[in-house]
Amino acid sequence: MARRVTARRMVVSTVAAWFFGGLIFFPILWMVLTSFKTELEAFTVPPSFLFFDWTTENYATVQERSDYFLHALNSIVIAGGSTLIAALIAVPAAWSMAFAPTKRTKDILLWMLSTKMMPAVGVLVPIYLLFKNLGLLDTRSGLIAILCLGNLPIVVWMLFTYFKEIPRDILEAARMDGATIRRELTYVLLPMAIPGIASTLLLNLILAWNEAFWTLNLSTSKAAPLTVFIASYSSPEGLFWAKLSAASTMAIAPILVLGWFCQRQLVRGLTFGAVK
Amino acid sequence: MGQITLQGVHKSFGQLDIIKDANLDIEDGSFVVFVGPSGCGKTTLLRLIAGLEDVTGGRILIDGQNVVNVPPAKRGLSMVFQSYALYPHMSVRGNIAFGLKMAGLPRAEIDRKVAAAAATLNLTPYLDRKPRELSGGQRQRVAIGRAIVREPKAFLFDEPLSNLDAALRVQMRMEVTRLQKQLATTAVYVTHDQVEAMTMADRIVVLNAGRVEQYGSPLELYEQPANLFVAGFIGSPKMNFVSGPPADQLGAATIGIRPEHLRIAQEGEGWPGTVSVAEHLGSDTFLYVDGGALGLLTVRGIGEIHLKSGDRVWLSPDPARLHRFDKDGMAIRH
Repeated sequence: MARRVTARRMVVSTVAAWFFGGLIFFPILWMVLTSFKTELEAFTVPPSFLFFDWTTENYATVQERSDYFLHALNSIVIAGGSTLIAALIAVPAAWSMAFAPTKRTKDILLWMLSTKMMPAVGVLVPIYLLFKNLGLLDTRSGLIAILCLGNLPIVVWMLFTYFKEIPRDILEAARMDGATIRRELTYVLLPMAIPGIASTLLLNLILAWNEAFWTLNLSTSKAAPLTVFIASYSSPEGLFWAKLSAASTMAIAPILVLGWFCQRQLVRGLTFGAVK
Repeated sequence: MGQITLQGVHKSFGQLDIIKDANLDIEDGSFVVFVGPSGCGKTTLLRLIAGLEDVTGGRILIDGQNVVNVPPAKRGLSMVFQSYALYPHMSVRGNIAFGLKMAGLPRAEIDRKVAAAAATLNLTPYLDRKPRELSGGQRQRVAIGRAIVREPKAFLFDEPLSNLDAALRVQMRMEVTRLQKQLATTAVYVTHDQVEAMTMADRIVVLNAGRVEQYGSPLELYEQPANLFVAGFIGSPKMNFVSGPPADQLGAATIGIRPEHLRIAQEGEGWPGTVSVAEHLGSDTFLYVDGGALGLLTVRGIGEIHLKSGDRVWLSPDPARLHRFDKDGMAIRH
């Protein structure tokens, strides 16, 4: 018997959904609100929610004190570049693992994932020295390389899982239909794989955009992305809540907009494999 | 033309022999069904013919030409998969046209052929839908449409009806048979369902553990099974096997008698037994009779037979319908 959906149940679940949705969204909302307060109001107890003197002064100060556009550009180049290179390496890798596996394929996948089990801070010193000796400190190419390598295992895993889901029968049907390997790729495989590739890369882009450990440790100014820009507002001279919020809002805005437009892909990416 | 000949075909995966020396002659225009229990190699044999697997040894001839080194598409065969294997991102039209597009046919000709195939299969109203918007039976028809539109030398079917519900399966069974007769194209059909095999086939190949046990028309298999395996596999309910004194009397190691060839009486002569279970279907009555030393015997009676569990009965086999097997399980012919 199908479960009966009563009006009361609808109301209760709608209210609950909005409540928990609001709870999860609240920190972001609070951050955006704080960014429009003065530093003094940002500290006030009890905090004022909507009724304060709205000001955009923080944004002006932040832009004056540090170059938002330089950091934003760095973020775009680093996140975009590392994602692109990861895709170029991971797509063929996952492809061959899914469609022409060997006895060791599972082991290789596990071994790749094992690199993610080590805390990054454990290799900070050797990586730092490597970067220093190779002249990669505070360079975009250095950050692209480290973020790309860091995310590669996850990207390969996700793509592998997606490609695995493509039924072999369909590829065989294409072969029976007379498709050459190139046409099988362009007409059958790629159209079926594109949603998976897109959501994986989107997720990777967001991870790279928000990555803070390596970017904070390996860059200072020239190549510093938005994470460094945010961090510069929690300085030894004291916390500047309002400015920090303004910087954070500006930093997450681009990725928030991107995420909004790609919601469907993203949800599929985060729940991949869960529902067939 | 679509004459397929298998000569000493052998296939192994590593140490495992899947197909051991298969020899078959599939005549042009005939409907041949491969049937056997799961894991008997029937799908592998079909995939060898299709070219989706390479033979380990032997030759596969299509119209006299050895095709073991010819890629699948060049063999001129088309296949219907168990999962349908439709291209999910293409419309019904795109799915049916794909093979023709790959063959580089002109646009107008593709359109004409797709329209003709769609009309044959009652798919015309659905041409612009995606596979996910179709029911199981419709998807199945698209898969068949994709196969017929290329006008192949032969159709290969890999358990195409196993995902359909019972009623639809019966309907599609008739449609496939009718279509094959109408097109007069050779068809090789794999199934584990012996009812499908018996009703659809011109000739049946019974496979067991990678060996061809028997190749013949449905009634040949029913009336003259070559060995114990075929005798037990073809026919429902299963043939009764009796060994011991009743078999010795007839000079056989085992005798077989089909449930429908056992006469049942409440008095008189024959093998005594006790009804242990009676199944009344209205059209038939299935009786499971405990025959003591003979074991459990199945009897099929036409219509309603008023017997119940515990009733004492006498069974007498129809002497003309007795099957005799030697100690190796091979049929003894007169």
